[in-house]
Amino acid sequence: MEQIENFFKIKHLYHRAGFGIAYPDLQKASNRNFHKAVKHLFSQAAAVDPGLTTVDQGETRQQLLRQAGLGAKKELTPAESEQRKTILRMQNAKSRDLNITWIQKMIDSESPLLEKMTLFWHGHFACRSNNPYYAQQLNNIQRKNALGSFKTLVMEVSQSPAMLQYLNNQQNRKNRPNENFARELMELFTLGRGNYTEKDVKEAARAFTGWSYNREGDFEFRRNLHDEGNKTFLGKTGNFDGEAIIDIILEQPAAAEFICKKLYTFFVNDQPNEIHIKELARHFNAKSYNVAAVMEKMFKSDWFYDAENRGNKIKSPAELLVSLSKTFYVNYQKPQVLIQLQSSLGQYLFNPPNVAGWPGGKNWIDSSSLMLRMKIPSLVLNDGLIDFSGKADPEDEALLAINRKGKARPVKSYINAATDWPRFLASLPKDCSAEKLAAFLLQPGLNAKIKSLIDHKATLKNIAIEITSTPEYQLC
Amino acid sequence: MKRRDFLRNTIFTSAGALMVPAFLKPFEALALDELSRYKNLVVIQLSGGNDGLNTVVPYGNDIYYQKRRSIAIKPQELIKLNDMQGLHPQLSALKEIYDQGWMTIINDVGYPNPDRSHFRSMDIWQTASDANQFLTTGWIGRYLDSDCNTCKFPYTAIEVDDSLSLAMKGQTKKGIALKDPAVLFRNTNEPFFKEMILQEEKEHLDEDNLGYLYKTMIETSSSANYIHHTSKTFQNKSVYPNTAFSNQLKTISRFISSGLKTRIYYVSLSGFDTHVNQKQQQGNLLKQYAEGINAFLKDLKEHNKLDDTLVMTFSEFGRRVEQNASNGTDHGTANNMFLFGGKLKKQGIFNPAPRLGDLDGGDLKYQVDFRQVYATVLDKWLDVNNGDILNRKFNPLDFI
Repeated sequence: MEQIENFFKIKHLYHRAGFGIAYPDLQKASNRNFHKAVKHLFSQAAAVDPGLTTVDQGETRQQLLRQAGLGAKKELTPAESEQRKTILRMQNAKSRDLNITWIQKMIDSESPLLEKMTLFWHGHFACRSNNPYYAQQLNNIQRKNALGSFKTLVMEVSQSPAMLQYLNNQQNRKNRPNENFARELMELFTLGRGNYTEKDVKEAARAFTGWSYNREGDFEFRRNLHDEGNKTFLGKTGNFDGEAIIDIILEQPAAAEFICKKLYTFFVNDQPNEIHIKELARHFNAKSYNVAAVMEKMFKSDWFYDAENRGNKIKSPAELLVSLSKTFYVNYQKPQVLIQLQSSLGQYLFNPPNVAGWPGGKNWIDSSSLMLRMKIPSLVLNDGLIDFSGKADPEDEALLAINRKGKARPVKSYINAATDWPRFLASLPKDCSAEKLAAFLLQPGLNAKIKSLIDHKATLKNIAIEITSTPEYQLC
Repeated sequence: MKRRDFLRNTIFTSAGALMVPAFLKPFEALALDELSRYKNLVVIQLSGGNDGLNTVVPYGNDIYYQKRRSIAIKPQELIKLNDMQGLHPQLSALKEIYDQGWMTIINDVGYPNPDRSHFRSMDIWQTASDANQFLTTGWIGRYLDSDCNTCKFPYTAIEVDDSLSLAMKGQTKKGIALKDPAVLFRNTNEPFFKEMILQEEKEHLDEDNLGYLYKTMIETSSSANYIHHTSKTFQNKSVYPNTAFSNQLKTISRFISSGLKTRIYYVSLSGFDTHVNQKQQQGNLLKQYAEGINAFLKDLKEHNKLDDTLVMTFSEFGRRVEQNASNGTDHGTANNMFLFGGKLKKQGIFNPAPRLGDLDGGDLKYQVDFRQVYATVLDKWLDVNNGDILNRKFNPLDFI
């Protein structure tokens, strides 16, 4: 009995802390104490990770210099105009490469927790950059510090060219402050509304004057643009610079609670539980903002495995695509399709809607995105076909005839992916029944409806396609 | 008979008359609505920041010609509306509409502390937020959430597109995105999905996420059936230009004329980010826009629906008053909005032309907050209280 309970606990853990788990790994882990599974996730995440290396710094710099040169000219010759377009095209192509490399990394990674945390910070410190090198740099900062010190993470994000540019800190100068960065730092990154005043925003903006970056893509403090006067910020007065402001922010009790609430709604439940969040926040504070410590606390808490916290979170598009591809060993012949899917589903990575990130939860779902989500597994796994004909009655047949309009199904769907079915099927236990497969693939508990819906006589392959085409599969 | 069989046997008894799960009950209220005329709103989004000053040109102001040496439009090329403003020559198809009294132009619409990012400013327009406020629901979505008398059906708002804009997303209710009703109908009638819908019992439809997913699926399916069956019988003989935009308007016209009980339609035309060689690019788009609108309004008139329809066009921002060095314009602030329909109260130009001599760092100052325009539409066309939808009360205008 304990082993069965362990099986489902570990499956839950791996869907939240990662992107799912293969059957043999799950079986092996469930024979052991589940704390070992938690430990394993963290030890994988502690391994050295080079991050994303798709975009070459030197190449991007050359392009930028060339672009700046062209931009400074009053009139461009046709050749120069063409060159400018070529540079833009190359940068866009690089940005797409970067996106695909990351989503592929999430699928293949040996440390799922690290990628999942990176995905969390990617949404928390939401940023857009036309410069693929800056975007990559920020993503790597978020990965490097994903489970480290939150303070270091905030500092490095705040000093990254991508964020400085996105939130206009390049324009934040002594006597001409731009408050955008200071405001979002407090409202969205650290404290949340209601924990600072408009005056605090203004004073903090003054402290961040001169925070800038150079053409190498490195942070640069421009002392001549910095406001050296006294600032009064959250009750303290002094000649503060940006680092001092971040220190003072993190002295506020609101900061740990704000971050833990975000972690909770991302990893545990859309509906925040104040008691659990306070418990995490106390620990986060006690451990000096060590992210690994607070995550370990979460994954080891009994409430993390409560029935109300299992199988009830709507997968983000990234989670859906990554877990599906990972489970079925999908190989995308044209990986660009992954970008198309992200965009249609409403989560184009590296392109959040605004600095507040993707709102998540029920916001992922509308009529068109839900129908597409339920269609994707069959498109990816089986060229769009859900082999389900066992129960048709004469009226259904009539309807089928109208719908199909006599057209044979296309040989290849636009997704153009190859599923390693032999590998997937070989990973399942020998006596795998339709129900057992459903219990493995779905996070919500099996109900009578799913049991009666799945075609018990079909092959495991067809059953897998049916199960992944349900609303239940949208949850983790 | 088991409930399931009952549903199965009745769901497609005849086109148009279909059985939907009891909790939706969309048809019971129809009888009342049938008595009054059914008012529609069509929202048209011009994405990319349309250059309003080269759309409705303030040719009577010399500053316009000083600031736009190479891209200004000469007075003799314009379609003059009064002695200050005239339409871009590629908008000639709107001349007839304007003369009929079916068009209102509101100058200088914007909001305080304007944002120059496309994404951010579009967010602000779609959510009707302040510049420093991040809302996760759109203004039309919140209208749907309000569960008012005019918005109770799951198909109250339709976006003719592949995906749904933030404007159409509420907290509990959302609009439907569809480009082709037949495609959505085929998708929801995939045998496996249909079986799932038929099998669904109420116990899953709790307020939790799974219940929400099933509810969305059932509503989508029921709406897809309703939209498909209602609109498929309607034959539209009007001729539209052969552009994607016109095709979308044609679909909307088919929906409206076939009597679909949808209140709000949403459609976008993109490509207005004209930093370089604006003249040709913007001209092409404006032509597509004007010719589409012309065909659409005449089509509605022919089907006696023009008086029940209000069309509203916006773009996320205008362009800077001064042109740039690449014969284009950069991101600016306030912009004009257009309204079309058979029941406009103030036809023609609503308010004074932009004051080019009184700028804010080279940008137009807004005269009208865009939320006042929304407020007008909400109060006077959709019969709700604008303060409930816009989170605070805005003063409505007097154009309808």
